[in-house]
This record gives sequence, structure tokens and C-alpha cells, in this order.
Amino acid sequence: MIDWFSDLLFWIIFGAILLLLRRQKIFWTVGALALLLLFNQFFTPGFFHVQLLDGHFYGSRIDVLNQGAKVMLLSLGMVLVIATGGVDLSVGAVMAIAAAVSSRLLVTEHQPAGVAIAIALIFSVLAGAWNGLLVAGFGIQPIVATLVLMVAGRGVAQLITEGQIINFLDPTMVYLGNGHLFALPFTLTLVLLMLIIALFFARRTALGLFIESVGDNDEASRYSGINAKQVKFLVYTFSGLCAGLAGLVACSNIKSADANNIGLYLELDAILAVVVGGTSLQGGRFYLVGAVVGGLFIQTLTTTLYARNVSSDISPVPKALVIIAVCLFQSELFRARLAYVLRPLGRVLKPLSSRLPHSLLTATRHDSPKP
Amino acid sequence: MIRLNPKYIPLLATAVVMLGLFGTGSLLYPNFGTPRVIVNLLNDMAFVGIAAVGESFVILSGGIDLSVGSMVAFVGILIARLLQSGCDPFLAMGIALCTGTVAGAMMGSLIHFFGMPPFLVTLAGLFCLRGLGFVIYPESIGIDHPFYGEVLPQLSVLVAPKTVLPFTAMCFLASVIIGTFVAGFTRFGRNVYAIGSNENSARLMGLPIGQTKITLYAVAGLFSALSGVVATFYMQSGNPASFVGLELDAIASVVIGGTLLTGGVGFIPGTLMGVLILGLIQQIIIFNGTLNSWWTKIVIGVLLLIFIVLQKFISRRPAGAT
Repeated sequence: MIDWFSDLLFWIIFGAILLLLRRQKIFWTVGALALLLLFNQFFTPGFFHVQLLDGHFYGSRIDVLNQGAKVMLLSLGMVLVIATGGVDLSVGAVMAIAAAVSSRLLVTEHQPAGVAIAIALIFSVLAGAWNGLLVAGFGIQPIVATLVLMVAGRGVAQLITEGQIINFLDPTMVYLGNGHLFALPFTLTLVLLMLIIALFFARRTALGLFIESVGDNDEASRYSGINAKQVKFLVYTFSGLCAGLAGLVACSNIKSADANNIGLYLELDAILAVVVGGTSLQGGRFYLVGAVVGGLFIQTLTTTLYARNVSSDISPVPKALVIIAVCLFQSELFRARLAYVLRPLGRVLKPLSSRLPHSLLTATRHDSPKP
Repeated sequence: MIRLNPKYIPLLATAVVMLGLFGTGSLLYPNFGTPRVIVNLLNDMAFVGIAAVGESFVILSGGIDLSVGSMVAFVGILIARLLQSGCDPFLAMGIALCTGTVAGAMMGSLIHFFGMPPFLVTLAGLFCLRGLGFVIYPESIGIDHPFYGEVLPQLSVLVAPKTVLPFTAMCFLASVIIGTFVAGFTRFGRNVYAIGSNENSARLMGLPIGQTKITLYAVAGLFSALSGVVATFYMQSGNPASFVGLELDAIASVVIGGTLLTGGVGFIPGTLMGVLILGLIQQIIIFNGTLNSWWTKIVIGVLLLIFIVLQKFISRRPAGAT
């Protein structure tokens, strides 16, 4: 009875949010999330069950929030990088480095947790700055520049842990990924805090405009007096910081640092979250909240598959199909073609297709950044 | 004095690094410079190398293929399962190669027809093939077909005293030769270079962009599948969980081999050398015995960095000159 009531309340709030967002780009992301949740409401028993134990909430939806924190943190950094027309492939490796540094300091060097966390974050900021230096300073293509750290970073992390899996029981470190604040997982607070910081700098200062400008046209923004290099450097550094936080959360979740597996393939999830969130890989306009909701979407999908007893080995297949579907709907060419095929439904699809035929006629800009 | 065409400088640098590594290894360890080590190198790196040849085509066109590792694992388990159920080995290999080509063509079609970024499409391919491998069979299957046990070992050639070149290494060398020919001496190869240099110009010149792109990803899929077939020769088994991250090795060897990731510049023989450099690093670390395997990753990362910076300088110079 309580469950039935809380579900109804949940859907009313969710519906209201959807209604509020109906004119925004983020509508599609939230809508996809709503569809997925609706599916779970009817077909996955127990997914919507939430209970209060020891003053903390537990349930699948809470799990999604907790487990999704890593991808959401990563996607916050990633969305800004992608907005400048780049991509950061090294976030998984940076996560491993942060985890390795913090647990080594905690266990092998017997440092207090605060010091360990601070130094791990400094390391990850440095890793991000290194990417920034390569991309902004040397003008190397982002994919390649971050590939270097992606390949070498895990080696560095192994070097720090000396090839061991370091286990720790320090309460502060364990709290980071498993603790509760206000009856909800602490990681949620962490994500919201980072989101607010990012939103403040991106929307309340000119920085967001600079980032979009650099992503849209590097050269032109340089001529109009924006220090494109500085902007890019900053963005990669921030991505490093986010990756470091995600790494700390990841190793705290399992109370150990495994340099080989922490953050493996998470860079891909982060990129997907950003794309699902409505940000184009071409750079330019970006959606911070969209990226976070995208991260949530990816995690909900993963949790749904697990809840439905799909083996974790097979789960990439539906994931891939959803990605393709989402990307297809974001592809203007696809929507234009779809609108053409479904002309009888033109009236309904008009909002989708109104500005599309134009893009079909003009070739892509020759200097448009390659993804 | 001979004027060196700047486009050959990365290739030359790769050759210098390769010979340098080989020289270092030979000086440090007495048995390093023997033909047997070289043959072993070709044998161990065969499936990486074949995948890297396919990857070279994609990178030459300015794209990227992330699905390689999953494709190799998928083909491996497909063949193992088919053989287990009593299928003829040649039919199994044929099915595997066709599947790879079709999967590649499908990815190419998505990229061309809907203007989706290659990065995302092949990423979806990566997830999809990895999962499908587990759908075929969730565990490793050993191959004990007589073809694998008896016929394959005989398909080797004596190249030096007490040294036989195994069939896997021959497949690798053949792929490199075919790749070099296709990239350098066919219309399709020239179209790939043209698209990689500047897709818009290529389109305005009237080159068949769509046809080339789809063929290109199909060719990459074919090479990945071939790499999977060769991997079953090498491993004598199929495992859906294997070869995670093989695409990174392939991309790294293509870049170290002097191919620009922006597309349009590079040579397949460079890729061969890039693959051999990766193999040499591993061999030196194995010969040393005290260094841990994660040094491989660090050294590859450093080499990647050096080559990327080098490429940056080279690609800047002609732009300044003209």
C-alpha cells in the first residue's frame, strides 16, 4: 500500500519534471530514462521497492544513484571536454591512478585518510593537466593525446601499487563510497556538489560561453580574444579532478584498489552518458545536467539488466542496441530520412524535421573537428 | 644531398626505433639476435599484426575502429563452437570471415548513411560483439580438431637452421603484403587516402565516398575476423572473454608505425614495424625477467607520445613551407 502510494507520487513528480522540460533538449534524455523506469515499474518486480533500514534508504533506485555516481562524476568532466571538441579517453586510467595513490598512502605509508585523498586528487589533477598540456600546449589531437595516458596510466597505477591489490578498512575512505548522508548515499551529495560547482562556473561566469565558443570554432574564438589554449587546459584538468573523485569512490566501493580493473571501460560509459545527454561529439553546445541524467540512464539500464537476470557478460548487447538507437535519433540525417519516410505523419514529426532538410543540402564544414 | 620527402620521416623514425630496440636486445642478451626469436616475434604478434593492418585502413581514412578486440574474441568462440558441433574447419573459418566482413559493413553503413561518428558506432560494435560472443558460449572451448592438431603444424616452412616459420606468421606477413598492395596500388586504396586527407575535397572530386567507406569498414572487419581465425591457430581454443583491449594495441602499433591519426598519411609496412616494436618491447621485458609486465604499458605509452610529438612537428613543417 505504501509502495503503491510512493510509486504514484514518484511518477507524478517525474511527470511534472518531464512536462516542465518539454521544450528543452534534455527532454529526450529524461524521457528515455522515464521509459526505462516505466518498463521496470511493470515488468521488473521489486525494482521500485524502497525500504528504510537503520535510517538509510535501500532499494534498486537508490542503488542506481549510488552505483551511477562514478559515471555521473566522469561525465561531468567529460561533457566539458567534449564541448571543446575533444574527448578524454584517459579517465579510466586516471581513476586507477587515484585509487592506487590513495590506498598506497593509507595502507603502505600509514598516512591519515585526509592526506591520502588530497594527494590522490592532486595526482589526478596533474594527470588531467598533462592531457591539457598535450592538447592545448602541443596542439595534439585529443583522442591521441589522451590515448597516451590511457595506455600508460594503468601501468603507472600498477607501479604505484607494485602490482598488488591493496585492501583497506579506513572508515573515512570506506565512507566515501558506502556512507550515507541524509538517509541517501553520500556519493549522491558528492555528485550534486560537483554538478553545482560545474554549473556555477559554466552558467554564472563567462567560462561556459568560452568553452562553447572554442568547441564551435577554435580559430574564430581565438581571433575574438578568447584564450582557447587556457580554456582547453582548464577543461582537461577539471576532467582529471572528476576522474580522481570517481576513482576514489570506485575503490571505496570495493574497499580495495585493483589497478587493473578500476574504471575499466568506464571512459566509454562516460562518453555515452554525455552523448545520451544531448551533447554532440562535434563540440559546441553542452548540457551539464543532461550528462548527469545520461549517466543515470546508463546505470539504470545496467541495473535493469542485472535485475532481470541478464548475465553481466551478455548485458553489453542490449546496451549497444540502446546506444545505437539513441545516437540514431540524435543523428540529423536519420531524423530527416525518417521524417521523409513517415511524411504522412509529418504534422506530428514536424518539430523534429523542421530544420533538417537544410543540413542535408549543405556539406559539412571542411574544418569541422573530427570526433 | 638527397632531399627526404617529409612523409617518409615517421617511417624512418619507426625503423630506427625498431632497429635500436633489436640492437639493444641483442647486445644485452646473447640469444636475442637469433632467427628463432624473430620468428617467435612474428608468431606471437601475428593476430595483433593482422588486426593492426585492418586498423591502418580505418585510421588512414580518418576514422577509428574500436571493435577489434571483441571481434577477435567473437570469431574465436564462433569457430570453436562450430568445430565442437562437428563443422568442417574450412566452412567454420569461411563463416567467421563472412560474419566479420558483414559486421564491418554494417558499422560502415551506419557511419556513412547516418553521419554517426565512427568512434561511437564501433564502440557499440565493441559492446555488441563482446556480448554476442557470450551468447554463443559463455566459457572457453578448447579446439581438438585434427586440422588444428595435425595439419597446421605441417604448414610451416624452414627459413633458417632449426627455425621454422609457422603458418600464423605467414598469415601475418601475407596480410601485410596484401594490405600494402591494396593501400598503395589500387583505386580503393587511393580513395581511402583521399577521404582521410580531406573528405570534402574527395567528395567534390567525385570519388565514391559511401562505397569506399562501407568497403573500408568491411575490409577492417575482414582483417579483424582473420586475426580471430589466426588467434584460434595460436591459442588452440576460443574464449569470449579474451583479447580485451586488443584494439588499443592495434591502434598503438598503427600510430607508432607512422600513420597520422588525422588520416591520409601513413604506410602499411610502417604498421608492420609498429607491431614488431610492440613485440620487441615485450620480448626484452621477458628476457630481462625482473621487470614487471606493466612496464610494457608505460614504454608503449612513452613511445606513443614520442611519435605523436614527432608527427606534430613533421605535419607542421610542410604547412609552413607552402
